[in-house]
Amino acid sequence: MSHCLVTPGRTFAERAERATQNTELQRALGNLSVRLHTARMVDERHRDWKDRASAIRRETVADLDSWLDRAEKALQRTGATVSRAATPEEACDAVLDVARRVGAHRVVKSKSMATEEIELGDAFAAAGITSLETDFGEWIAQVAGERPSHIITPVIHKTVDQIAALLSGYAQRSLPADHEFLTEFARGELRPHFLDADLGVTGANFVVAETGTIVLVTNEGNARLCTTVPRVLVCVAPVEKVVPRLTDLGVLLPLLTRSATGQPLSNYVTMLTGPRRAGEVDGPEELHVVFLDHNRRALLGTPYEDMLACIRCGACLNVCPVYRTVGGHAYDSVYPGPMGKVLTPLLSAGTAGLDLPGASTLCGACTEACPVEIPLADLLVRLRADLRGGRDAARVAAGRKHVPRSGEAGRRLPGEGYASPASRLALTDGDHAPNRRTRAFIFRTWSRMWSSPAGYRASISVGRAAARLFGAKAGWMRRAPGTAGWTSTRDLPVPARHSFRQRWRARTRVSQRGDESW
Amino acid sequence: MFVTCVVDAVTPETGVAAVRLLEAAGCAVEFPEAQTCCGQPAVSAGEPEAATRLARHFVEVFDGYDAVVVPSGSCAAMVHHWYERLLPPEWAERVHALSTRTYELSQYLVDVIGQMDLGARVDTRVTVHDSCHGLRNLGIRDQPRALLAQAGAAIVEMEEPETCCGFGGSFSLIHGEVAGPLADAKLRHAAATGAECVVACDQACLLHLEGRRRRTGIGPAPVHVADLLASGLP
Repeated sequence: MSHCLVTPGRTFAERAERATQNTELQRALGNLSVRLHTARMVDERHRDWKDRASAIRRETVADLDSWLDRAEKALQRTGATVSRAATPEEACDAVLDVARRVGAHRVVKSKSMATEEIELGDAFAAAGITSLETDFGEWIAQVAGERPSHIITPVIHKTVDQIAALLSGYAQRSLPADHEFLTEFARGELRPHFLDADLGVTGANFVVAETGTIVLVTNEGNARLCTTVPRVLVCVAPVEKVVPRLTDLGVLLPLLTRSATGQPLSNYVTMLTGPRRAGEVDGPEELHVVFLDHNRRALLGTPYEDMLACIRCGACLNVCPVYRTVGGHAYDSVYPGPMGKVLTPLLSAGTAGLDLPGASTLCGACTEACPVEIPLADLLVRLRADLRGGRDAARVAAGRKHVPRSGEAGRRLPGEGYASPASRLALTDGDHAPNRRTRAFIFRTWSRMWSSPAGYRASISVGRAAARLFGAKAGWMRRAPGTAGWTSTRDLPVPARHSFRQRWRARTRVSQRGDESW
Repeated sequence: MFVTCVVDAVTPETGVAAVRLLEAAGCAVEFPEAQTCCGQPAVSAGEPEAATRLARHFVEVFDGYDAVVVPSGSCAAMVHHWYERLLPPEWAERVHALSTRTYELSQYLVDVIGQMDLGARVDTRVTVHDSCHGLRNLGIRDQPRALLAQAGAAIVEMEEPETCCGFGGSFSLIHGEVAGPLADAKLRHAAATGAECVVACDQACLLHLEGRRRRTGIGPAPVHVADLLASGLP
């Protein structure tokens, strides 16, 4: 799978800047506004759904290993083969093993972020196997050689004109920029491949522990074709996709689709329980399930455990002011937006996305929109602290089990390690980050000064004098040393001639003389 | 009153306005001079130890008052949302007692003392930006609108009043490339209402917006709710 990004760059800031200057991208992202209120509508109409869904997800995550074991046994009872992959490489190997054993050459895939995460497309290509994305959006991304930019709407970063131009190049004839026409065209292109394929690959929206049922949600029916036409099916399911009971779907399914697209239920819900049995007319003869860990179980018992409750609805992306401004490629990660900012450093054990937690205004729109009540903004704040020591600290943060959970003895945010996340820091020019000790020193000194009134007053006076020295006029500065991050786009306000406390003191003196004005 | 570091140092007139409003509502206002900052910059920068030091100072300064009123939803939310997590368990009781008595200015006037009529007259057309932490952590939405309407202001709602203006504390210092466009969107939405000013309960958001407006010339003047209301006091 290609990682080609429409907004390349070394850091989030570079990619974000490109994104804001890309007018076509900005036009395409405007389409996201239709989803802005989707999450709130769910909350308003179905007040109890969030609580019920979050209870189910917390129940699952609190005892994940046990539910996973039950799911595995149930799947085996249905005749499925189950394997567990600790890493993306192991997961790819498990899929490729099946593909090689059955002699598969042509694979059809339904949309799956898990297979993006393990880069299964690349693994197939390296093994000389042709794999085809059958979700319309994913297929467009595949034709473009790009990574999906949204977990639900993969090519939200493209306008219909761009899609028509892309598919015209593919078809070698001019196709009109018409949604319906292009959809029909894709349908015509994709359909023969289903009939031809010798292996189907899907992800899973849920795996029911009680019955061993794999649940897939689509609007195009492509997952149903992937699970019924090819002789062999492999399903790649991250471990947290397990849900305890079939009845849990009564809440989780409509909550997922309502939060994702506003639909009461998706056009297709595929529920697959085991391979084809005697007398059945369709379904795969072989069913293989690969449970993917990839540092997820290491989060159990840590403050990041909540992230495993995520049902991948994309609501947090749709409401995020940053995501809506820069699009998914600015994150350069499989999972973009708020959930991606939390998940990317954790799944990579601190080897990727270190500047992502800093790329949030902490406005809390994500936390508010999340249908399973994940405190995304709080987790971002915690990650900023935990990633300070760079990769090593992040590995420790992601892997440690002894971090007290909120409400228990140590409510404090973890404080080991020093200094800066890989993100550029407020107190520097441009992208030159100070070393972590300098930063820790700055904040330590600042907090010491500001926890004493005299130190606080002195530093305000210094700030005021410095602003005057650098030519501040009428309360504002165009630029000032060390503030390029701010002054690149805005004038900088400077301290007033007299602070409030000075005026308060003056007033107290004046009022003693009986004059009330200040 | 906790005036906040931004108001104290940068826009002291907002603090004066807040005091005048509280006094118009019949409150006896005290300004403990040992106060400094709530510590939020350190929390959002990922430096919880520094924040904890300031949180401890805040609790020590404001312990014992009937109410701590803050002309900022974000700083009040800092006390509510983070202090119990930052400070050690033996502080929990004190922190809890203090945070339940800490209010954003409009919230205090409307919800706590129920004093909507301050005698202020503001005959302008305004639009309101809902600052994030006040809105999402404290539920502040109707309170500033109620005060403005009572004072005679015509409120014209903009598109997406609840979308972040792009300030975000340390975010606005490290990601100007995103903070700028977010401010533009907010100012464009505000301009489309034809309002004379865009009102909010947080000076930091407003200074960020004004900083951008000084570059682009787009949008109505950002004004703190206290400044606008106090300007209409007799």
